[in-house]
Amino acid sequence: MVRTRPDLSYTKEHEWVKVEDGKAYVGITYYAQEQLGDIVFVELPEVDDDFSRDEEVCVVESVKAVADIYAPISGTIEEVNEKLLDNPEIVNSDPYGEGWLFMMSISDEGELNDLLTAEEYEKILEEEGEG
Amino acid sequence: MENTNNNPFLPHTEKDRRAMLEEIDRKSIDELFEDIPLSVKLNKDLELPEALSEMEVKKHLKKIAEKNKNIDEYISFLGGGIYDHYVPSVVGHVLGRSEFYTSYTPYQAEISQGILQSMFEYQTMIAELTGMDLSNASIYDGATATAEAAIRAVAITRNDEIIVSSALNPTYREVLKTYLEAQGFTLRTLPQSNGETDMSYLPDMLNENTACVILQSPNYFGIIEDYSKLKDILGESKALFVSVVDPISLALLEPPSTWGADIVVGDGQSLGNPTSFGGPLLGFFAAKEKYMRKMPGRMVGEAKDKDSNTGYVLTLQTREQHIRREKATSNICSNQALNVLAACVYLSVMGKEGIKEVANLSLQKAHYAKRKLKELDNVTIMFDDKPFFKEFLIKVPGKASEVRDALAQKGIFAGIDVGAYYEELDGCLLLSVTEKRTKEEIDYLVSSLGEVIK
Repeated sequence: MVRTRPDLSYTKEHEWVKVEDGKAYVGITYYAQEQLGDIVFVELPEVDDDFSRDEEVCVVESVKAVADIYAPISGTIEEVNEKLLDNPEIVNSDPYGEGWLFMMSISDEGELNDLLTAEEYEKILEEEGEG
Repeated sequence: MENTNNNPFLPHTEKDRRAMLEEIDRKSIDELFEDIPLSVKLNKDLELPEALSEMEVKKHLKKIAEKNKNIDEYISFLGGGIYDHYVPSVVGHVLGRSEFYTSYTPYQAEISQGILQSMFEYQTMIAELTGMDLSNASIYDGATATAEAAIRAVAITRNDEIIVSSALNPTYREVLKTYLEAQGFTLRTLPQSNGETDMSYLPDMLNENTACVILQSPNYFGIIEDYSKLKDILGESKALFVSVVDPISLALLEPPSTWGADIVVGDGQSLGNPTSFGGPLLGFFAAKEKYMRKMPGRMVGEAKDKDSNTGYVLTLQTREQHIRREKATSNICSNQALNVLAACVYLSVMGKEGIKEVANLSLQKAHYAKRKLKELDNVTIMFDDKPFFKEFLIKVPGKASEVRDALAQKGIFAGIDVGAYYEELDGCLLLSVTEKRTKEEIDYLVSSLGEVIK
């Protein structure tokens, strides 16, 4: 399993963002799911809810801990990954693919520039002593 | 104040105190508290009577206690949420076992399989009774359970308006109001007409901000409410249906799940718990499975260990007590374990047939009481054409509280003066009849009332 993918953007809080057709898909990184351990529950946001950057969007719960997921950018939730309600373990097995959490509109393209590249994110992981 | 007494209830000797003061470099207790201004200190001795011997204290307390009139001496027609149903003696025997009794609120329930199993059995029976997917291991009482249900509906729908029937127990509505006002949510009241929730107002009151509709059946006046149109009215609305029920009535009536209830709450006091001057009570909370994660309190699950032995575990505990307390949406982090045990033993002992019989006897006797009271001149049966379970309203001439007090002189608790809660029902008494009331007791009520209002 790859720890980061070069085509994605990242946050310090271990979320990843993939921009596709002007929409942003969001999930948690390989490192995040590994730290959490077996994920047993994902509380997804409601479609049409608005969030500003860094606002708490939803919750991922594992056997070890409960983690808040923050909005990496500002926007409106357009779609949530309902598959996770019955099969939250997908986040563990495929964090960058089938394990995406929600998809949101992008209200300020500029915010995308503040996200980290895979390289920058890797560096943070290394600094955290996980390199 | 020099503290030199050798009070047997204080563990420290004068020598201990001196040693402690010396350690912190103070000469006296007064010096220790010198930061407190003299003006706010009690500069005299407490006005306490002379000490009494144990025998004298017992006698004294008994005399005070005898001022209370209780349902062992009086014939009770009191209800309105707390009911005088029979409690089989086995309930007390199981409850009194020290393993259960001393761990009445087991914060470390995970160490005791017996307690966990009793909670699991209780949850299972409540879920069966209410027709819901699951139940939690209880909360304080029916009123807080109702308020918690409203808060859950707000969290689930992200709406903040609660519609409540005015035929819901007024004390529950008070608690609801306290909860909701404090959190800035809106409470709107559906009026009652002729003793029933007037559903015709609901379509207009319902809007995109409605979180839930709270209805009680049998309602505060004992009337069995008609929910058949509710689903159509709610239609596509996100609003949840919170149903407040009397668990005993569910032995005879369709469970609220039939009408699409999302959350079912109520008081389980009538299941094996005494009336106890209003408490402790037992709030039950049952819901559809999809709301499991939003339920307050704790939930016990059944599991298998590696050798396939059955084990009981605290499966879900919301955030109130342990992790992420700052995210808690409820302040309830405990449950009513001993009352749960009472309900559990009660339901197991009564069985499906037994509880049906309790419900049926209550219903028959209440209807007999109503028929007999109807024969009295000057007594009006309120909402006479409505189906009711074990409670009904009568209107008496003059002040209901005076009639009630006069009947108390004859050894009868004749019900609740509902004029205190409903202006329009001034002069009305709410009577409740359980399976414990005999024909003689009911006849005595009727003849006594006849005399009192003559």
